[in-house]
Amino acid sequence: MSTAFDVAVEVSLRDGIADPEGLTIERALPALGFSGVSGVRVGKSLRFVVEASDEDEARTQVEAMCERFLANPVIEDVDISLSPAS
Amino acid sequence: MTTKVGVVVFPGSNCEQDVVEAVNTVGGSGELLWHKDTCLGDVDAVVLPGGFAHGDYLRTGAMARFSPIMGAVERFARDGGPVVGICNGFQILTEAQLLPGALYKNRGLKFLCQPAVLRVESMDSVLTRGLSIGDELKIPINHFEGNFICSEQVLEQLRDKNQIVFTYRDNPNGATADIAGICNENGNVVGMMPSPSVPLTRYWVAPTVLYC
Repeated sequence: MSTAFDVAVEVSLRDGIADPEGLTIERALPALGFSGVSGVRVGKSLRFVVEASDEDEARTQVEAMCERFLANPVIEDVDISLSPAS
Repeated sequence: MTTKVGVVVFPGSNCEQDVVEAVNTVGGSGELLWHKDTCLGDVDAVVLPGGFAHGDYLRTGAMARFSPIMGAVERFARDGGPVVGICNGFQILTEAQLLPGALYKNRGLKFLCQPAVLRVESMDSVLTRGLSIGDELKIPINHFEGNFICSEQVLEQLRDKNQIVFTYRDNPNGATADIAGICNENGNVVGMMPSPSVPLTRYWVAPTVLYC
């Protein structure tokens, strides 16, 4: 029997890779009166549902998707969160 | 015999006619190939043209890499066939891991559409065999994600194996080591962000491929 899992994948630029989008936002914030903000990084977030026999299998599937398709390991890191679908 | 060049059209490609016309202008024969084809026919070389294949969804080149024709392009490349990726085509070749590294958003976040002066760094690629190291070419760029990124280790390999084909004289996009184009170890797969086909077409008003 398979279970549905809610999946959240956060894709972010790897440490050490310049993030021109994050930098531009960081530079814009003081002009709007928000001071003291640093380390802005921009990424993307994917949400979907996976059917699998258990959480380990679901995670293995999602990791494979990220490796092959959802992220580019040359420049991006991923953070995967899984929970039984509500 | 006329050299036959297959130019792959993905949904969202927009420079394929430029490439066909450029190929015809220099005496070859350009032929369009649809991305859903699974064989390349009897072409002597393949070009992946510029544009926005599959709308650049997810990442530039990420969807195009899985188009049915890419299996045939990969086999052709592994067998030593000449494959050139221009602009979006370069992005597709890195996603397909036929070339190392990745292309990311330009430093400064500007879409750049302007002439760029390139320096030829290697004569070991299929595209630059007839040129000399140090030659300077003025070729237009037209991209938002042309900032070449790779690890230190890959950069060292590119240098050691003479895989850096072109560098920018004035780096417009933040690319690592001013890289505008690279090739694989065998030199038969080349990717470059500037579009050499544009100056060869009648739509380009000013004659801009110039030794400067």
